[in-house]
Order: sequence, then C-alpha cells, then structure tokens
Amino acid sequence: MEVFTPRSLAEALRLKAEQPSAVPIEGGTDVMVELNFDRARPEALLNLNEVAELRGWSRDNGLLRLGASLTYTEAMAAPLSEQLPALAEASRTVGSPQIRNRGTLGGNLGTASPAGDALPPLLVEAAEVELSSVRGVRTLALEDFLVGPKRNALEADELITAVLVQPSGARQTFMKVGPRNAMVIAVCSLAVSVDQERCELRAAYGSAGPVTGLVTAPLDEVDSFPERVAEAASPIDDVRGSARYRRHALRVLAERGLQRCLT
Amino acid sequence: MKIELSVNGERKEADVWPGESLLFTLREKLGLPGSKNACEQGECGSCSVLLDEKLVCSCLVLTAQAQGHEIVTVEGIAEDDRLHRVQEAFVQTGAVQCGFCTPGLIVATVDLLAHRPEPSDDEIREALSGNLCRCTGYQKIFDAVRLAARA
Repeated sequence: MEVFTPRSLAEALRLKAEQPSAVPIEGGTDVMVELNFDRARPEALLNLNEVAELRGWSRDNGLLRLGASLTYTEAMAAPLSEQLPALAEASRTVGSPQIRNRGTLGGNLGTASPAGDALPPLLVEAAEVELSSVRGVRTLALEDFLVGPKRNALEADELITAVLVQPSGARQTFMKVGPRNAMVIAVCSLAVSVDQERCELRAAYGSAGPVTGLVTAPLDEVDSFPERVAEAASPIDDVRGSARYRRHALRVLAERGLQRCLT
Repeated sequence: MKIELSVNGERKEADVWPGESLLFTLREKLGLPGSKNACEQGECGSCSVLLDEKLVCSCLVLTAQAQGHEIVTVEGIAEDDRLHRVQEAFVQTGAVQCGFCTPGLIVATVDLLAHRPEPSDDEIREALSGNLCRCTGYQKIFDAVRLAARA
C-alpha cells in the first residue's frame, strides 16, 4: 500500500488520474474503519487533508460553495448555519465531537450511504455536487449523483471537490430517529422545508430507501404531505428497524417538521 | 514508510505501515500506551487525542495524515510532575473505575474546558457523548468535570 499526500488540487487530480484505484481519504471516519477491520486493502490512499482548495466555504453572488473538506463542526458554525439551518441540525446529530471534527461533506457524499446525515438537508436545498478531474469540472444534481446504496456517479479519475447550494431561505429542519442522541446511524431521518416564496413543500428522507429520496408537493397540500412522504419511501427491514416502523416514523417526522416550519 | 510527527511537543520518527492508524503508531511504535485501543471505529472515544488542538479519535486518523501536525496525547496533559486539574478532579471524585475510558475522557474534558470554562450539564453531556464508560460511572465523571471547571 502507498499513501499519496498532494499539496494542491492540481496535484491531487493528477495523482487520481495516474492511479484511479487510489482511495481518497479525508476525515477517515469511514475509510479507517475499513482498514482497521481488514475489510479493505486498497493499493493506494489519496490523503486530501493538505489540499487547501478543498477547505472551508465561500459565497459568490449568493451561491454557496462548500469545500469537500468542510467538517460537520464547521457546518454547525454561524454564519454558515444560518444559511443552511437544516444542514447545521443534521451535522449536530453526526457521531460525537470527535467524529464531527474529522468527518467531511465530501466523505459523506463519497460514501453515499442511504443513512448519510448531510444528504437529506442538501437534497432539500437542491444542492449540486462539483466533480473535478484532469479532464475538467462538471456539476451534477445531488439526486443524479446518488445512484444506489453506497454508489455514486463519480468516475474513477474524479474527485468530489465541492457542494454548490443556492440557499432557498425557506424554513427548514432536520430530524433523525435513533436509540440515543450521539453515535447513531439513523434508523430513519427526514429534512423538511416549507418554501413560501416558491409555494413548495420539500422533504428528503434518509435510511428509508436505497438512496436519499426527495418528495415535493404544492404548498396547499400540507395535510396530505406526511402520507405522501411515507408512501414515497421504500424502506427495508434490518437490524436497526422494520420497514413498517420506518414508514410510520417518517409520517410522524413529516408532521413535526411541517409544524416547526409553519409556526 | 518513515513518518515524522510532533507528539506532546517532541519530534518523533516512526516506521509505519501505510494503512496504519495514529492510535497503533502511538501505542506500538512510540511507547505511548495512554491512548486506549477498544473499538477501532470511533465509537468509544478511548483513543481520543488532540490533533492541531482538535479532539479526534486517533484510531480514525491515518498516521501519514498526522505528518507535520501537532498531536497531544493523555501523556502530554500533565504539567511537569503535577497532574492537570482535570486529572486531579477525576482522582478526587472517584471518577475512575476500571480506568479504561479515563484517558479518553481526560483529553475530551481538557478540550471541553478549553472552549467552555463553565459548561452546563447539557454541554458536558454533549462534549463527552463520544466517550463510553463501560462501568457506567457517568455520575462521578460529571462530578469530576464540574469540579475541574470550578478549580
């Protein structure tokens, strides 16, 4: 095994093109578990911690650019938390302080777990994913990026470089069901927004289908929306909960989320 | 591969396997067994260290990622021969049972008090939520954090 530690994005992209099987590592909260438990032995690791271009966030003409290395701890901090409040709430539910200090948005997207906590709030805000390679840069709607459980649309020579969001300004919230507040993989989760300007209700569920799913409805269909969310999900029975429970919980979360956003 | 690290203010060198965790390097290569190895998946917090003044699980840091960065382990918390006030508070309140979680909790508490000198109970609960005590001695651990905050 080899470890590459590029010092710039250009160097990182060149290395990824030369060695497409290199596994990118940021906070290590997923990759290191695979290594520690002998579940993965990649030929090479691409340590992205020293790539300054991936860090932090910026705003250009209202469009937010969240670097792939943005940590959950950073997503919880003002003023970003005021721009993307549901993402801040979701970040607060991730793991523990130790995990939030290391785990990144780019990692959450790369892992593309149906339980990824950052994904529902980003989906509700119609986020796009910026993918870069030596061939150039492309952006994909988050919905198109998530193609299956732990599968995404990344090409072998590409790196996730940023998440792009035009904050809606809509009232929004995130809720997650689990046995305790910390260190929990969502049994199911839901981000909800009520966009008065565009007259739209939006919800995105996690851990209730092969990918994080988006459900939308006109603003005047508030009453039927919780049922619609529950029906749109395609949960399974597993160790964390039954499909029936997850559907029920989504209905309840949707009701609560709407209440929060409408009062 | 050869790695250079700064641990507790000292420059260290280690020959590591490229996929090696910082926890393994600290314990097995650098003779610093204070950080404990339990879950190896970031669930228990026993291996907590400060990496560039941020609280992290050393089992989830690739040693190669720590090259050129500052690491503080539980061995670096005491001031010369005197226990840190957080360590003293854990002793005084009997917050140590089997002791396995203690190093991680000491580091997490030092980190909490550096940011929140007078934490509320909810803030303590949140700050220590990534550290498990399998003896379930949380009440006395809370007493220790409150005592250290007052000290």
